This record gives sequence, C-alpha cells and structure tokens, in this order.
Amino acid sequence: MFLFFLTSGLFLGWTLGANDASNVFGSAVGSKMIKFKQAAIIASIFVILGAVFQGAGGSHTLGKLGSVDALGGAFTVALAAGIAVFWMTKLKLPVSTSQAVVGAIIGWNFFTNNPTDMSSLTKIVTTWISGPILGGIFAILLFQLLQYTLKKSRIHLIKLDAYIKYALLIVGAFGSYSLGANNIANVVGVFIPSAPDILLDFGFFTMDGTQLLFLAGGISIAVGIMTYSKKVMMTVGNSLMKLNAETAIVVVLAHSLVLFVFSSQNLSDFFVSLGLPAIPLVPVSSSQAIVGAILGIGIIKGGRNIQLNVIGKIAIGWVITPVIAGLISFFALFFMSNLFNLQVSQNPSKFVKGDIFVEDSKNSEIDSKTKVIDPFEFDRSEPTIIELYKPAVIIALVILMIIVFYQFYTILRLREKDKLDEEEDHFIKYNAQQVLLENELKLSNSAKAELEKEIEFKEKEQKKIALSIIRKNEILSKLKAEIEQIKSKPEKSLKFSDLNTLKVLILDNLNLEKERKSLDIYIKELNNTFFQNLERKYPGLTNNEKKLCSLLRLKLSSKEIASILNITPKSVEVNRYRLRKKMNIKKEEKLSKIIRKL
Amino acid sequence: MINIFKRSKSVAISIDEFFDKVDLGTLNFKKGVNNYIDGNAIEFAQNLNSITVLEQEADTIQRKIGNDFYLHSLMPNYSSDILNLLETVDDIIDMSKDLLSQFDVENPNIPEAIKKDFIELVSASSKSVENVLPAARIFFTQPDNVKDSIQKVLFYHRETHNLSTSLKRKIFQEIDSLILSEKLHLRYFALHIEQVSDVAKDIAHQLSSLVIKIKM
Repeated sequence: MFLFFLTSGLFLGWTLGANDASNVFGSAVGSKMIKFKQAAIIASIFVILGAVFQGAGGSHTLGKLGSVDALGGAFTVALAAGIAVFWMTKLKLPVSTSQAVVGAIIGWNFFTNNPTDMSSLTKIVTTWISGPILGGIFAILLFQLLQYTLKKSRIHLIKLDAYIKYALLIVGAFGSYSLGANNIANVVGVFIPSAPDILLDFGFFTMDGTQLLFLAGGISIAVGIMTYSKKVMMTVGNSLMKLNAETAIVVVLAHSLVLFVFSSQNLSDFFVSLGLPAIPLVPVSSSQAIVGAILGIGIIKGGRNIQLNVIGKIAIGWVITPVIAGLISFFALFFMSNLFNLQVSQNPSKFVKGDIFVEDSKNSEIDSKTKVIDPFEFDRSEPTIIELYKPAVIIALVILMIIVFYQFYTILRLREKDKLDEEEDHFIKYNAQQVLLENELKLSNSAKAELEKEIEFKEKEQKKIALSIIRKNEILSKLKAEIEQIKSKPEKSLKFSDLNTLKVLILDNLNLEKERKSLDIYIKELNNTFFQNLERKYPGLTNNEKKLCSLLRLKLSSKEIASILNITPKSVEVNRYRLRKKMNIKKEEKLSKIIRKL
Repeated sequence: MINIFKRSKSVAISIDEFFDKVDLGTLNFKKGVNNYIDGNAIEFAQNLNSITVLEQEADTIQRKIGNDFYLHSLMPNYSSDILNLLETVDDIIDMSKDLLSQFDVENPNIPEAIKKDFIELVSASSKSVENVLPAARIFFTQPDNVKDSIQKVLFYHRETHNLSTSLKRKIFQEIDSLILSEKLHLRYFALHIEQVSDVAKDIAHQLSSLVIKIKM
C-alpha cells in the first residue's frame, strides 16, 4: 500500500528529473560539448548519491512547514504538486517543483486546518529570493575569477576546449549531487512521516526508512533524466541567454553552489561554529538559481543579451506556481477524503467534509500539541533492524558473478564476431581475387585464341602463297616444256596459236616475284619469335638455312620447299642434311619435329 | 581523458606548424619576386622550389587538423569557423606559390622604370600577411589582443591597394616602350600581388568575427 501511495512522489521525481537536469547539463549537451548519454549517466548516479547522503536537510524544513502525517495526504499532496508541474510545463510556463510542493503542503494545511508554520514559510520564501541573488553573486565572482585565470594562463583554445569538456562533466556531477541533495525533499519529503520504520544493516553501512525513501526518490529522478530530459536539454537549453562553454561552467557551478549551500548540514554547522547564523536548509528551485546565475553574467556583460520577456515570464511563474499547486492540492484532498474516504491527516482538528466544517473536539487538544510536526522529531519506536549483511554480500557476489560472466560472454561474442568478420573479409577478398583471376584468365584466353586465330590465318596465307609459287613453278616448267616442244617442231609447222599458248603461260607467271616477296614478309612476320629462338639456340645459321627452317616448320615437303626456293628437291635434301649436322641433331631425331618445338 | 588532452595538444602543435609553413612561404614569396626582378635566376628557382614544398606541407597539416576537428568533435561550436580561417590562411601560401610559378612560366618583362614599384608592392602585400599571421596565432591564446594586429593588416592592405593603383597607372600611362599585351601582362601580375593582401584582409575580418563569437 505504501508503495502504491509513493507512486505520486515518484511521478513528481520523474518530472523533476526531466525538467531540472537541463539546468545542470543543458548548456553542455545543447552545445554538443558532452554527449547526452554521458551526461545522463553522470547526472543519474550523482543525483542518487546526493539524495541518499545529503537529502535530509531540506526535508527537515519542509516537514516543519506542514507535516503531512497520513499516507493518503502525502499521496494527494505529491500528486497535486506533480500535476501542477506537469500542467504548467505543458503550458510552457516556467515552473519550480519546490514552489509547487510548498504550495501543495500549504493547501494540505488549509484543508486539514493545520496551521502553517510562518517562520518556516518565511525561511522558504526568503530562500526563493536569496537563492537567485546568491546564484547571481556566485556567478559574478566565478566569472571574474575564470576570466582572470584564462587571461593569465594563455591556454591554447584547443586545449581549453578539452579542459572545458571535463570541467563541464565535473561541475555537472557536482550540480547533479547538489540537485539530488536539495530537491529530494520536494519529491519524497511529504512521505517521511509515513516512511517504514526499518533499518537495513549492510554490514559496512546502514540505511533507515528515510534513506530508502530518498533512494527511491533519487532513482525516480534518474529515470526522469534518462527518459525525458534529452528533449528539454535540446529545446530549453539556452532560452534565457546564449551561453558559451566557459559561461556555462560558471552558471552551472554557481547554481550547484546555491543548491549545495541550502542543503549542507555540515556547512550550516560550520557557520554556527564561526558565530554566524545557521544557513536555512531549504529545497530551493534549481531553475531560479540558474536564472540568478545567468542574470549575474548578464549584468557583468552589460545586460545586452538578457531577454527580459523570459525573465518576466519566470517571475510570473514564481507567483503562479504555489498558488496553482495549493488550489489543486486543496481540491484534490477534498475529493480524496469525500469521494474515496481516504485518510488525509492523522490528527485533524477541523477539516472540510462536504460543505460543512466538522469540528473534532476530541482531537482539538492533541492537535494543539501536534500542529507543527517535525518528521525528524517524531517519537519513533525502535526501528526493526533487518540484517542484510549476508544477503547483501551474496547479492553483491551474484551481481559480480553475473557481471563477470556477462563480460566474459561479451568478450567471447566479440571475439567470435571478430573472427566471423575476419573470415567474411577473407572470403570476400578471396572471392574478389578469384573473380579477378578468372577475368584475367578469360582475357588471356581470349587474347590467346585471337593470336591462335591470327597465326592460323597467316599460316594459311603462307601456305596459299607457297602453293601459288609451286603452281607457278609448275606453269613455268610447263612453259619450258612447251617451248622445248615448239623448238623441236620444224619452222614451217609453227602456228600463231603456239605463241598464244606461250603468252598465256607467261601472263600467269607475271606475279610470281611479287608473291615470293610477300611470302618472305609473311614468313618473317609470323616467325619473328621463332627466328629469335632459333638464333639463340643455334647461332651461326645462314639466312638460307633459317628460311629452310621456317619452311620446314610449315610442314612443307622437300618437293614443295624446292619449288618455293626455286631449287631442286635434291638440293633441299642436301641442305636439310647440312642443317642437321650444323644443329647437331642425332640420327633418331626428326629435324622437322625439333624445329616445330622451337 | 588523457587521450583528449594529448590530442588537443597535438592539434595545437599542428596549428602552430601550419602557421610556420605559411610564414616561411610568405618570406619565400617576397624573396622570390625580388630575385626575379633583380634577375637572380638561381635564387628565384630555389625560392620557387621551397614555396612548392612548403605549400604541400601546409596542405597536409591543414587536412590533418580538419580531420582531427571532425573526428574528435573539437570545439563543436566554432570548429567550422576555425577550419574556414585555416582554409583562408592556406589560400595565402597557395596564391603566393601560384604567383611565383606564373613568374617562372610566363616570364613577364618588367621595365627598369617600374622595378622599384613592383618591389614596393610585394613588400606592402607581404607586410599585410606578416601582420595577419601573428594575429591568427594570438587568436588561439589571447583572443583579446587580436584587434591590435588587425589594424596593421588593414593599413597595409590599403597601402598595397594604393601602390597597385599607382603602378597600374604608370604601366598604362607613362611607359610607352611597352606594347598593349605587355602592359596587360604586367597589370595581371600587379593585380595578383595585390590579391594576396586581399586574402590577408579577409582573414582579419574572419578573426574579428571569431573573437566576438568566442567572447559572447
């Protein structure tokens, strides 16, 4: 049941995280100096730390203002504040969670007729004014100090950029811690009187019910930061004044200092020890602190860049927020107690029941004693101590083991992925190489085929020419035989037709020389490499012998060669024999075969 | 964390190296033009060689700086302005090298009567560059002091413009020994020398607006 009622507080925490984280990291993320993920993680961790370790101070004062002693009342008050914040954010009106909560508590005081502690209210309202002023003063001092340091140090802009990046992270962490410490009271402060009376003993440290409540509130703020603050950081960012990175550091630091000052019990005690008045530990609005700091910077820069209309809007928000939250709280309590019969107060002296004010005379005496209830001064019974040392150690070990196993698994998976990637890379590389080789092979094959075709064509041409020479030699022989025949005839029997026959034979023979020349060219062209190889292997061969070799390579018979070279077949045989001797070819080897191998 | 400090340190060193190259390039440019006018061919060739090498080195460093800026998100709000500034500074050495190369290739005929004017023009143009480079350097460490050097740049830019106008007037109105094509040729060289100081003026303006942006 407690957890159910706590949801309204957690909702308030979520809205606070979503809205106020932008005050801490808005400028840094908006200007892309820091990544949102980085900022969100740091802000979440430090908000929780601040809430758990330093959240008590602000809650103390808030409790004095009006101790919402019934769970139903706390639920309604937190819900009313949450609705007021959410509604005003939707209407794009500047809103402060602190003011909404104070307004809602006063609404509860009005409804239950509990008196509002005026000294606490004065303290709180004073900080609403002093917070921004202090923010402005801090900003002016820090800005001057930073300017002086930068001027003196002459840091290179690029190096300064790196320093600023990390300074923004550190200042942001401090700001988040202060935000958690100061504003956690707004989130779960009203639930403190209803907090479970337990003490968790972890061995190394203990956590009471209030701290657990703060932890839950801190987590809800962290969830708000993680889920919704990015949008706010990106849009709201620098709406009041354009900030550069250095100014952003000053503004965030000044704001963080204000929140820290108003939430640190140790600092307050230190002031008291110096004989100074104690610092009031009050939840102050982080937005107001930021506004004060920005105004401080604006004043130092001559007030040129300050957008007065935005400041006016914020000032209106300061007045409207508590009023709206108080009204919502009052009417919500009315509905809760009358419609759902929810107990909104433990000791009501007088509360609104329908339209009749009901006087509870029995409780009036008790009420006069308890009208100002401090949740931290409750006469609490001994808390139930829950030993969590062993479970905590076991849980820590289990978590550690899970982390180790997860890391191990991640490493293995990464290695596997790397291996797969590498194999895939190799596969792609091999495939590409194979395709490349295939293409090269195809190209060389086609080139080879073309060359072979060319060789074949030229060989055919050579043969054609050779055959034509042979044929023409035959014609010449015929011509010779014909002349011999004519010569043998008696002079008287000579006819004109005999001369015609001779003329035809001569005409056929006319192109013989020309064709022989083109044969020589073809042979040389085709057998260029062959001649080179021949010369390299058998130096000292004469031109005629080389020519004989090239004709033998064409698989021509001795008779055909004799016809081409215009010598007798016998001479060809003799030349072949000499060539064999010159080339040192053994008897069992064939000359034509050796020549073709070249 | 240490990495980003190391990286920013190395980028800062690279920026300094880049300015050194441009600085040396300007000196070579000035010397080169003087050597050409004095007819020292060997020295001129050496100047041309040096400026070519320096220009290539400056280009490489500039590319590296740009790469580092984008890769490591350095100064995200001002990165584009700073890279533009470096690009414009690189234009100085590019233009100077091109101009020396044009002297080498086109071999302009400079009559004795205007040699002195050419030397003065080159000197004024180089001075505007010599003043803008320290301003660009100081911008990275003491942005407040940039405006002191900028005034000098603007002065030398005006001076260059005046010298160039008077030289052009001399070429076209006083020297009759030159034919029109030669006059046009010389005007083209005077114009190019003047343009180097225009780039210096552009850098000065960029620096002024960057200082305002950073101080805002």
